[in-house]
Amino acid sequence: MNPVIDYHALAPEIVLSVTIILCLLVDLFIPDRPRLVPQLASLGVLAAIIPVLTLAVSGTDVSMFGGAFVVDNYALAFDGLFLVVAYITLLVSFDEIADGDYYGGEYYVLLLTSVLGMVMMASSRDLVSIFIALETISIPTFVLAGWRKHDTKSNEAAIKYFLIGVLSSAVMLYGMSLIFGFANGTKLSVISEYSAGSPPALFAVAIFLTIVGFAFKVSAVPFHFWAPDTYEGAPLPVTAFLSVASKAAGFVALLTIIRFGFFNSSDSWQPLIWVLAAASMTFGNLAALRQTNIVRMLAYSSIAQGGFILVPLAVAGDVSGPSAWEAVLVYLMIYAAMNLGAFAVVMAVSRRTHSTEISSFAGLGRVDSVNAVMLSLFMFSLAGIPPLAGWFAKFVIFRAVFDAGTTAAVVLGVIAALNAVVAFFYYSNVVRRMWFDEAPEVVSSPRPASVALTLAIGITVVVVVVVGVYPEVFARLGQLAFASG
Amino acid sequence: MELNQFLILSAFIFAVGVYGVLARRNGVLVLMSVELMLNAVNLNLIAFSAFNQNINGQIFALFIIAVAAAEVGVGLAIILLIYRNLRSPDLDQVEQLKG
Repeated sequence: MNPVIDYHALAPEIVLSVTIILCLLVDLFIPDRPRLVPQLASLGVLAAIIPVLTLAVSGTDVSMFGGAFVVDNYALAFDGLFLVVAYITLLVSFDEIADGDYYGGEYYVLLLTSVLGMVMMASSRDLVSIFIALETISIPTFVLAGWRKHDTKSNEAAIKYFLIGVLSSAVMLYGMSLIFGFANGTKLSVISEYSAGSPPALFAVAIFLTIVGFAFKVSAVPFHFWAPDTYEGAPLPVTAFLSVASKAAGFVALLTIIRFGFFNSSDSWQPLIWVLAAASMTFGNLAALRQTNIVRMLAYSSIAQGGFILVPLAVAGDVSGPSAWEAVLVYLMIYAAMNLGAFAVVMAVSRRTHSTEISSFAGLGRVDSVNAVMLSLFMFSLAGIPPLAGWFAKFVIFRAVFDAGTTAAVVLGVIAALNAVVAFFYYSNVVRRMWFDEAPEVVSSPRPASVALTLAIGITVVVVVVVGVYPEVFARLGQLAFASG
Repeated sequence: MELNQFLILSAFIFAVGVYGVLARRNGVLVLMSVELMLNAVNLNLIAFSAFNQNINGQIFALFIIAVAAAEVGVGLAIILLIYRNLRSPDLDQVEQLKG
């Protein structure tokens, strides 16, 4: 029996795989590789977006390998998100990698391999394929985190990330093995049917273990402790990638497994996600308040933002329409733009000051007013101030909370609202120091930001401003992605 | 043979693995403890697979074995890197980043 393979539906994965192999070969054989490999990598990512668009236009759902791999609007929306994020990550990487005098070819190959896993993740509808996609995402990022081989901080970032990563995989797999035993199948549709019956109490334990595994990946409190250390120790482009793409992939995994698998046992997963969401928002924000390094501050802020993304998931079982699922997608898209933008500006500024301490941003408004305006925009967007995109992200979350309307949902909504106020303090603190404090003496030699880095800042700032003023753009995307399901 | 015997054994192995990850400070031993946890998962999957007459569990176990090998490859490389830079596989010495 031959499996039916639709090459059009698999085209994004195939294009990425071919690009990865080409990058490896070019790096090995062509003498002009420092220039060629980055261009090849970004061309490959852009080429992979084309089949995503043609598939979205053709609009037919494709199911392959016995339903383990499905290409529908839901998968395509996330594919598009991952590929655009990958392209912007590549743009912010060029300078850093060229200056670092390290192994450029490997960097792009590892990054693209991780993106390949993300694109697979969005289509996976089976425990085995979800697991494989998750590991394809994770294993290259372990190496990327430790990419500065001789820097002990980078080593530390890698070992902490690696140990937590494999530990969380093992816990998640133990949960999955129990689920397989109960439901007698690995397909999410089979698990969904099983959980619609009356599963035994131990099934809740299996769900608990599986979700805890994913909670490590999305660095939800109390499984977050690796994130600040890894973010600070890893090279900056890798940190941007981890805090946006890899985190989004974790949320997609969580969303897929809950929406298509566990949905009917909402008694088991809703309270757990509720606690994770409340703890992540509260702890992330309180810890971010006392950070003096902007990368660590962004690390804790991304933990808090992750808590906000968990809010609609925590109430999803009580929402009749798809507004909770839409909220996750819309928030992830907006979060990706504003967080990547913030990291890109931090990179551009630290090329001049060689520091990521918040104190080194003092007086930036006078020294480098363009970057100061950009960073202010991203900070205000992260804080959720209209008319920047961040307010719409917060809006869709509160809409999902009100659609659910239960007591638990309203309490969570109040916690989220309080946290949005706390978050405003540390975001606005950065802005205040940039515009109202005196600039410190800079002794080191400035390295100008390249066209690529400027382009990355440009793209993200356009998204943040345009979506803030015309939120219908992303709202419509969200509706399309969840139209049929 | 009963299914429960396998499940209890696998739960025990998993618990030993968790203890090892938490208590051991040597990087290589931590890695071995993670392997114990993964093998507990494999045992679970194969026991369920045989009990339920469902081949999917064994396929899943094969994938886990392959991915675990890749993970250990990367993990040993990182531990080797730390050993080269710090002259020790002791994870307690890796603590520059705090806060």
